[in-house]
Amino acid sequence: MANQEWREETVRVGGTDLAYITAGTGAPVLVLHEELGHSGWLRWHSELARTRTVIIPHHPGFGKTPRIDSVRNVRDLGNFYTKALRAQNLRPIDVIGFSLGGWIAADMAASDPSQFRKMVLVAPTGVKPPQGDIMDMFILTAKAYLDASVHDAQSNPEFAKLYGGEPTPEQFEAWEDARAESARLAWAPYMFYPNFASLLENVVGLPTLLVWGKQDQIVPFSAAEVYKNSIPGAELVAFDNCGHRPEVEKQAEFSQHLQRFLA
Amino acid sequence: MHIMSFSERAYIDVPEDLIIENGSSYFGIPNTNFDAKIGSRLMNEYLDERVYAEELGFDGVMLNEHHQTPFCGGSVMDVEAAILARITKRVKIVLLGNPLPVADPLRLAEELATIDMISGGRLVPGWVRGAGSESIANNANPAFNRERFNEAHDFIIDAWTKPGPWRHEGKHYNYRYVNPWALPLQKPVPQIWIPGIISPETVIWSARHRYPYVALGTNLEPTVEMVNLYADVAAQEGYQAGPENFGYLQNVCVAETEEKAQELAKGFVYGGGFGSFARAEWMFPPGYNSKEATKRLAKAMTDPRTGTEIIRFSQGKVDVEEIKRSIDKNFQDALTSGLVIAGTPKTVLKRIRVMLETLRPGIFGTWYHHGPMSFEDRKTCLRLLGQEVLPGMREIAKELDLPGPFEVKPGSRPLPASGKRDSVVGALKAA
Repeated sequence: MANQEWREETVRVGGTDLAYITAGTGAPVLVLHEELGHSGWLRWHSELARTRTVIIPHHPGFGKTPRIDSVRNVRDLGNFYTKALRAQNLRPIDVIGFSLGGWIAADMAASDPSQFRKMVLVAPTGVKPPQGDIMDMFILTAKAYLDASVHDAQSNPEFAKLYGGEPTPEQFEAWEDARAESARLAWAPYMFYPNFASLLENVVGLPTLLVWGKQDQIVPFSAAEVYKNSIPGAELVAFDNCGHRPEVEKQAEFSQHLQRFLA
Repeated sequence: MHIMSFSERAYIDVPEDLIIENGSSYFGIPNTNFDAKIGSRLMNEYLDERVYAEELGFDGVMLNEHHQTPFCGGSVMDVEAAILARITKRVKIVLLGNPLPVADPLRLAEELATIDMISGGRLVPGWVRGAGSESIANNANPAFNRERFNEAHDFIIDAWTKPGPWRHEGKHYNYRYVNPWALPLQKPVPQIWIPGIISPETVIWSARHRYPYVALGTNLEPTVEMVNLYADVAAQEGYQAGPENFGYLQNVCVAETEEKAQELAKGFVYGGGFGSFARAEWMFPPGYNSKEATKRLAKAMTDPRTGTEIIRFSQGKVDVEEIKRSIDKNFQDALTSGLVIAGTPKTVLKRIRVMLETLRPGIFGTWYHHGPMSFEDRKTCLRLLGQEVLPGMREIAKELDLPGPFEVKPGSRPLPASGKRDSVVGALKAA
């Protein structure tokens, strides 16, 4: 690919070859991807990579990093990343988590807030929304789930770029890997842990930014209040006319908030 | 040969348009369309039909289990089986099968043992992974489907044979107290058969366990490949597979005239038939398929030259009339290929003979109806099958030497002295 900004590398972590995407220079930022896998390189990545080293690991079992049989839930996966950060001397690191990735980050923070410097959670799963349910990806096709993730796909130039555009056999397989591992992690209760709000009260002393679209069809906006009320001092940025992907749907504002918060 | 009678005990009062408009899927139709009065009548008729099948001389009545769908009335198959255990006297009660990954294995071990005791030892348990939609309907994680199947299988065998009480701390099941006071009458365990739609992994697993494998209405050519695969694995395991290791379930509709039989047989493709069991996103929930199967699916769904017909994901509005025309064409193709056999007893027997010569099964199931068909027509079909087709089939089975699994113990044939297995199928020819 011409002028590709990023590169894919592998690091050995506790017996697993962890594949990750990286780009940029400056202090590292850990990006934890969502339940359909890494979305592909987008504009907000490029902008962040101008001043920061972006690190996007492929979660174990999501295709590029082998599955770890003992990882059965989000706590197990968070534990894997906690060990990885320690082994790579990356503590404390800034973290940005999207959807399922947001849940993983929040779970790690609840277990040990000192492993992060600052935390950004973009429409994380993990709690049962007071109103509505988290959309069940397991009874939908990956494409239908993707379509439901934005408020207005038509007027969004970057939507068509997500996951490389038109589904290829390779993309179908990657999505099936992602869906299967998501099922292993969060089949039932679907994408939340019943007592998670209580655990989040342990996220003490960690600056936390919550970003949410008010028209989010995947994780209802009502869940934002649970996160905000549970994590001491958390800041909430809510976008109107925006679904589950503020990083794409409100890219300019999203990147500005990111720059301000992570400064 | 073991000849059995089967139907899905479908809720047949669903308008065909509803199935098609639901994305050609029985699964997912709202149950506001279900009327318990009709359900009550049908369930009793279906039980009566199984008693009638016994009177007519069938060796077994086969039941199956699917959940939350009008396609099949057997959501609690073990309850039907328990009733049949009491109200029939001679037939084997063949369950093909209990979906192990969605069951509570300890409870299932008790249920099956109870049925075996009530029936006086006539139970044939059979076990499946379950269609993908069963994972959704029963909330059982599809990504662990095969692991759960294997663990549940081993657990049930242990529950039936290992002196209790004992404890089970497995990967997917944990029991602090296993000591069932319901054990099968048949010792050490009843004969177990495995039905399927010829997934190689299950065929291999069955051969390793010496369990007869019953192919459910699959196309002839891949079924022959499956039989050969089973026999190869059997040879590796040190035994010669024979007819007693193989079964086949055949769509077969019989009536007094050719015309009427063909008309009634259209029920097999009602709403798209088995091809419309459930939309692809429900048939293939996350992690249900092996990596290899996912690769095949990935190719099929994106390459218009291969198999797009079977990959039916939800799409917006559908053209009902166009789909009905394609269903009609599929029906004609099924009649030609022999997937569906319809006619008078005389014509039907000729076509069944071809199936028996080719596949050489020791178990043969006759799936005698699907879709809207009156109780009278269903009984007529059963009667003609029992009185006029069944005796002919028994003669053919004798002539072709096709013993069933109660005549020759599956897995008991030694390999030829050469160490190379004998052929297990006949020449492939059009049905």
